[in-house]
Amino acid sequence: MPAMLRTLAQKLGMLAHGFQGGVHPQDNKLTATMPIEECPLAPLYILPLKQHIGEACIPLVEVGDKVLRGQKIAKAEGYVSVPLHAPTSGTVVKIEEHPVVHPSGMSRPCIFIEADGLDEEDKPLEPLTNWRELEPAILRERVRVCGIAGLGGAVFPTFIKLVHDKNYPIQTLILNGIECEPYLTNDHQMMLEEAEEILQGMAIIMHMVGACSGIIAIEDNKRDAAEAMQQALAENSELAAVRIAVLPTRYPQGSEKQLIYSLTGKEVPAGKLPMHAGVLCQNVGTTRAIRDAVLFGKPLTERLVTVSGDALPRPANMRVRLGVPLRYVFAHCGLEDYDGIEILLGGPMMGERLRHPDVPVIKSSIGLLAMRQETIMQAHAVEEPCIRCGHCGQACPAGLVPNLLADQCRSDQFEKAEAYALFDCIECGACSYVCPANIPLVQYFRYGKGQIAQLRRAQAFAESSRQRSEARDARMAREQEAKAARRSRVREEMAPAPAAENAGAGSGASKKTEES
Amino acid sequence: MSHLLAALLSLGVFALIAGIVLAVAQKVFHIEGDPMVDKIDDLLPQTQCGQCGYPGCKPYATAVAAGEAEVNHCVPGGERVMLQIADLMGVPPKEVEEEAAAPMLAFVREDECIGCTLCIKACPVDAIVGAPKQYHTVIADQCTGCTLCVEPCPVDCIDMLMKPELLEHWSWPLPDTKRAAVGHERRGHHAGHA
Repeated sequence: MPAMLRTLAQKLGMLAHGFQGGVHPQDNKLTATMPIEECPLAPLYILPLKQHIGEACIPLVEVGDKVLRGQKIAKAEGYVSVPLHAPTSGTVVKIEEHPVVHPSGMSRPCIFIEADGLDEEDKPLEPLTNWRELEPAILRERVRVCGIAGLGGAVFPTFIKLVHDKNYPIQTLILNGIECEPYLTNDHQMMLEEAEEILQGMAIIMHMVGACSGIIAIEDNKRDAAEAMQQALAENSELAAVRIAVLPTRYPQGSEKQLIYSLTGKEVPAGKLPMHAGVLCQNVGTTRAIRDAVLFGKPLTERLVTVSGDALPRPANMRVRLGVPLRYVFAHCGLEDYDGIEILLGGPMMGERLRHPDVPVIKSSIGLLAMRQETIMQAHAVEEPCIRCGHCGQACPAGLVPNLLADQCRSDQFEKAEAYALFDCIECGACSYVCPANIPLVQYFRYGKGQIAQLRRAQAFAESSRQRSEARDARMAREQEAKAARRSRVREEMAPAPAAENAGAGSGASKKTEES
Repeated sequence: MSHLLAALLSLGVFALIAGIVLAVAQKVFHIEGDPMVDKIDDLLPQTQCGQCGYPGCKPYATAVAAGEAEVNHCVPGGERVMLQIADLMGVPPKEVEEEAAAPMLAFVREDECIGCTLCIKACPVDAIVGAPKQYHTVIADQCTGCTLCVEPCPVDCIDMLMKPELLEHWSWPLPDTKRAAVGHERRGHHAGHA
């Protein structure tokens, strides 16, 4: 009953709502308020053909081709895809498989560009300074051709989210400046230094989707960023319907569904998009990239990255070109020896552990962390049996029962796990973080999700095999029937007139050759 | 007397109505074929490989449903499919005798192919394309790895290759901790005893 009352109160706007669960990890923001540095040009750039969610790109260049910065080097294939652009001028030296950012450590096709050091820029697309008069569809196409995908880490092609759907009009644009992962500070620094640019991007997005209000969400451990944004907002007469919301710091506040709930009290149903709740969520970095694409015609060739970690001598907020090998970036920050060091891509809560530093920076790389092995091993202590304390359930922002789900995944009871909403898990790691028995809960969920996906794939394959096998059987039966019918017809023709026997046999033989 | 008559009559009328309803229902909701066959067929991997001793998955499903075949003959399905079928049929599970091979893929060495179409005829899922006196080739995405095309080839130009591991098909393993290993052992133990 109290839960119902609370929901009712929230619906009526009588209570400030915050998402349920969450944790408070030590924030370790070593690079907070460090000015943005430019990463110098690297000698070699490695560009995976798939840097976003969806279909991989198809290369447009060949080995030996000269490319300029911003030149399109791979085209999008399929709807959920965006093109890829050269990060600097140089020569394409090879196109082959190379390890990419992926937990499997497996390879994907990549374009290798040897930089010529001149960093010549390709002629940019025509700036759309008159975007206020333009159709949203034109701007949307611009966002697509500039290769922009969600820079908050999910890398979903951004243009898909910027729709103007009559059935689901977007009222509110939420600018996500939460950055709740420990260590990461790139969004924070961008809000401090480039508040105006971000607001310009925000105005463009609001025009595109027809949103009438906007919220800039910032956590209260970044009050300076909130002030900077507030100041920029005061100078901007255009964005009167935009407000800044300072939320209490809690992980994973930056997760889309949790943030929407915290700000508006609306829940995005499972399997639905924020659009269905009338909300659009954009990361500040993506917003800035959209502004560059529209106002200056600049494709996405660089991004802000937090280079940090307790094993890094000189942490920094850095503007890095896509395709720079991590080894080069780390070397620039004073790290050469990788002995006893683990590399994480993304934050420490949700980031991926990389096997070696030769993978390149891609559109999804929000942070590069070099951690001491001992620090990592603290989190990976020996797993003890579950003591049913229920802390994981309290910490889960998606309202799941992690200990139960982990048991089900561990014992391969995938149907049950699905019934307990395994796929609503956002893999934020809050449950693993609070678990006193050190159970790596999220890894069990990943295992379960992977196994379910494998089973689905096997089922789909079996179904298509069955269909082809049945079609083949039907075809063979049809052929048999036709053959039998022809045979009996020939026999009938031959029977009454023995004189025509020779001719009949001749035609029969020719038919037989046709059959074979 | 009249009470007795009324009771008998009313019960009789009720029985008649119920009988009519049941008769109609039997006609209306009649199911063609044996639903069990389809259910078992759904569980099978549809490789049509014939390793069970039947000419395809459907015939094996039919035999199992009729109680003529054991539940443990599907080699590519392995233990998982055996357990599912046993569960569906309500019979005790039986150990799968043959270990399933790693997923394979047929590959035609095209310069040696003479275009005889024998492999095309042998392929149970129509995954080989080609015409007489033209090279044949295997559609890799549709090959079930049943090896039925290898035998008929007169020039031995078909190889069975390991199915390439795709990054898209990679999935997370169980976490490597002491507890997980114990749980796995325990589960293996249970499955062995059942």
